[in-house]
Amino acid sequence: MKQKLVLIGNGMAGVRTLEELLKIAPDAYDVTVFGAEPYVNYNRILLSPMLAGEKTLDDIVLNGPDWYAGHGITLHKGKKVVKIDRRQRLVVAEDGTQAGYDRLLLATGSTPALLSVPGKELDGVIGFRDIHDVERMLSCARQHRHAVVIGGGLLGLEAANGLRKQGMQVTVVHLVDNLMNRQLDAPASQLLQRALEDTGLDFLMQAQTEALLGDTRVRAIRFKDGTELPADLVVMAVGIRPNVELARCAGLHCEKGIVVNDTLQTFDPRVYAVGECVQHRGQLFGLVAPLFEQAKVCANHLAGYGIARYQSTVTATKLKVTGIDLFSAGQFQGGEGYENLLFQDPARGIYKKLVIQDNRIKGAVLYGDTVDGAWYFQLMRDGTDIAALRENLLFGQAHLGDSGHGAESKAVNLPDSAEVCGCNGVCKGDILKAITTHKLFTLDEVRSHTKASASCGSCTGLVEQIISSALGADYSVSTDKKPLCKCTEHTHDEVRQAIRKEGLKTIPAVMALLNWKTPDGCAGCRPALNYYLLSQWPGEYQDDPQSRFINERVHANIQKDGSYSVVPRIWGGLTTPAELRAIADVAEKYQVPTVKITGGQRIDLLGIKKETLPQVWHDLNQAGLMSGHAYGKSLRTVKTCVGKEWCRFGTQESMALGVGLEKMTWGSWTPHKFKMAVSGCPRNCAEATIKDFGVVCVDSGYELHVGGNGGVKVRATDLLCKVDSEEEVHEYCGAFMQVYREEARYLERTAHWIERVGLAYVKQRVVEDEAGRQALFQRFLASQQSAQSDPWAALAEEPAREQFAHLGSVA
Amino acid sequence: MTKPCRVADEQTWSDVGALDAIPRQGSRTVASAVGDIAVFRSVDDQVFALLDRCPHKNGPLSQGIVHGSRVTCPLHSWVIELQSGQAVAPDQGCARQFPVKLEDGRVWLDMAG
Ligand SMILES: Cc1cc2nc3c(=O)[nH]c(=O)nc-3n(C[C@H](O)[C@H](O)[C@H](O)COP(=O)(O)OP(=O)(O)OC[C@H]3O[C@@H](n4cnc5c(N)ncnc54)[C@H](O)[C@@H]3O)c2cc1C
Ligand code: HEM
Ligand code: SF4
Ligand code: FES
Repeated sequence: MKQKLVLIGNGMAGVRTLEELLKIAPDAYDVTVFGAEPYVNYNRILLSPMLAGEKTLDDIVLNGPDWYAGHGITLHKGKKVVKIDRRQRLVVAEDGTQAGYDRLLLATGSTPALLSVPGKELDGVIGFRDIHDVERMLSCARQHRHAVVIGGGLLGLEAANGLRKQGMQVTVVHLVDNLMNRQLDAPASQLLQRALEDTGLDFLMQAQTEALLGDTRVRAIRFKDGTELPADLVVMAVGIRPNVELARCAGLHCEKGIVVNDTLQTFDPRVYAVGECVQHRGQLFGLVAPLFEQAKVCANHLAGYGIARYQSTVTATKLKVTGIDLFSAGQFQGGEGYENLLFQDPARGIYKKLVIQDNRIKGAVLYGDTVDGAWYFQLMRDGTDIAALRENLLFGQAHLGDSGHGAESKAVNLPDSAEVCGCNGVCKGDILKAITTHKLFTLDEVRSHTKASASCGSCTGLVEQIISSALGADYSVSTDKKPLCKCTEHTHDEVRQAIRKEGLKTIPAVMALLNWKTPDGCAGCRPALNYYLLSQWPGEYQDDPQSRFINERVHANIQKDGSYSVVPRIWGGLTTPAELRAIADVAEKYQVPTVKITGGQRIDLLGIKKETLPQVWHDLNQAGLMSGHAYGKSLRTVKTCVGKEWCRFGTQESMALGVGLEKMTWGSWTPHKFKMAVSGCPRNCAEATIKDFGVVCVDSGYELHVGGNGGVKVRATDLLCKVDSEEEVHEYCGAFMQVYREEARYLERTAHWIERVGLAYVKQRVVEDEAGRQALFQRFLASQQSAQSDPWAALAEEPAREQFAHLGSVA
Repeated sequence: MTKPCRVADEQTWSDVGALDAIPRQGSRTVASAVGDIAVFRSVDDQVFALLDRCPHKNGPLSQGIVHGSRVTCPLHSWVIELQSGQAVAPDQGCARQFPVKLEDGRVWLDMAG
């Protein structure tokens, strides 16, 4: 018989846990849900826009009746649970409804805290928590005029804004001098207050409420200094209190909240708790991002996987008041031991503050221009070294580097028709529509529904900005831990570490030890695992062709009609009449429709049928030409200019150096493609400064540049160092490639890798640590010994050749 | 389970080759009058047959990565159910499916219907 799971609390955290559970173990439990509110699961966050008249009840439903029915979930809505009998494992609702459980999940949320002042029980004094509260406020707004909101925090301001939009005269009463003092510093808070005053809100700061006056219904509010203010409606938004009574009466250990451990278990191991009702490592919660994180971990344990841990979540806040852009995250106050980077433009109403410690972002406050919030938040969570970005950091992501991508990345200002994802032709409007119609929360969801950012990924930042501008703080970017793919909970780095530490040598071994959720992975994780194993155990690991993308499996580039292109290696871009003649012969013999010179100084034969590939390779091999790896996550090309051998400006022999580098590095597999170039002088005709590794020759030696990128988003290289001899160029090049191979994540270009780990780190490994560099170089050379064999030669012969032909035929 | 898009009513089987000639988690093609047919072999030695044309833009499914009982198209990464030929949500479309069976290590394909 199936185990029984009972959920108490039909709110955001509880139901999200069920969703996560259904994703990984759809048949594990018979589920029963009790909810005190008479509604299906809805998005509490959107109560603010609902109050402001920007959303309707239908808009905010997350899971309708069909969802419960479709998953066989019994929903008791409008039934408040009043008793938990842990001995008999039974819960009892107000109306006597009972349900037995094997596992119990508490997600009872919290209630608005009420100030303990005389008159707090009068009619017209309410909190702001649920649909019922919103309905009461709306009906009050239709009949009355004066509203007072106590509390100038996030919730209070959203309530005030909504009531003002419903036509009420609203005064916000706040105990201290600064609005949203838990998210904003003084300058940002003053900008905010001014902007809200302009919309017609009144503020009373440093005001202490003494009593609420009235007979049955509230009439006025009186302060400590004796002054009074008329009030037909008083909204208390002074904080929340976790709902722990039920748990406490059941004998579960509670402090301020229900105490849970890192697996979201209470002191009774059969009882789990998530959401605002819990207290984890002394901390309480008030935003959804950490709750969604908890939901994931809790579901993992309910499903019996038992590997996830909830540690803590960094959160970011946005205020959902239309027309006001505000973002806050982390240690926004700064102070002793922190540095502040500030940008202020009072005329445009823009204020930005970044709090820095040890070259890492620790906190941020943005007002007026929050486009880069998601980006700063990412840098903060990743602990990225920002030393190299520092100069332009405050101007935002769009100002990094010096070319290629201008101010276009301002997501909010883009029209709906603007194309966001160039690869899949997805416009901003498509993304917004998908977010609302399918109720999407995460980048992954948006990816799978719209395909935006699902290909090259260069628009990911922009898509994240669009999601977060559409959803406010609801957008759950806050997974500090991004799993490698949907088949696992583990990150790239964890998987790699397990391979190394546990000595895992095959893909099935990795999947077994790390509890893969699918029998043999997917097209996302298999190539990554294949690469990690190959780079960890060179010469030993048996490459798995079925876990490689087709181009690497057949050593040619698939084209849109299913034919292939073939690019022979042309060392350093130098060729001979004999080679050219051989290529021309092949092109004629096999009637190659298109012959093209590539950007990497190679010759591309396009439109070759799969069946013909082995013959083409055979003929090219005969003329001494081999695979150019123009298709692989591997060393692609080394582009050179003529250099000192011919050019009147040349300072070193760039052609010979390029050929030497290519002979050393060809055949090596890398996390992503790897391109090089050598220019003979700073005129840089070989464009070495947009390559993964570029050499610019100068009179006194060789400048080594790393982390450059052409493509969608141009990134110029960073200067690694300058060296004196060709031998050193080889050694630094091999060492650089080797750290990249050992430490970058699969499909991470050198540009992104360096931005993540910081140039200083790469310099330390490759330049400063001499012994380390030599060791890296030796490891590189060692792994090259098993890598440098021409794949074409192997595939052109029997029996490998067979796979290119039809298996058979039918009439 | 999703239903196959088309089921043959009259069955006429032909032997198209040995199972061993298809790599596990891989595929080989069979030439036919209606175009190439991709015959897939999963990690647990089940066989499936689909017309070698992705419902998206005709990508050759035989060249994709096979995982579980699905294949990821090599051109734009749609994921197709091998059993039914249906694209996995949110993508929509269907690749024509053919009955296929294994007998004594030989793969048989039915072209009728
Ligand atoms: C107006 C408003 C705006 C917000 N805006 C944001 C925002 O922009 N960003 C953000 O991150 N967060 C925001 N929040 C906070 C966010 O909504 C909460 O963090 C989140 O809803 C908490 O989820 P939960 O499941 O713990 O509690 P809830 O969603 O409150 O769910 C708890 C449910 O349990 C029910 N319940 C309680 N006791 C019982 C019982 N004994 N028996 C049966 N049912 C019971 C309650 O009725 C409730 O439905 C906002 C909150 C409000 C009120
Ligand atoms: C700053 C001024 C520059 C000068 C004076 C200059 C001069 C030269 C010279 C003299 C050559 C040698 C040509 C030969 O004999 O083969 C050359 C080659 C070339 N230049 Fe420049 N160049 C400059 C900048 C650039 C830039 C910025 C680019 C491209 C971004 C470029 C692209 C090329 C290319 C592609 C070649 C051919 C290189 C080869 O394949 O050998 N040049 N340049
Ligand atoms: S980079 Fe310098 S050496 Fe090379 S071709 Fe250009 S001008 Fe000549
Ligand atoms: S053709 Fe198959 S995904 Fe586009």
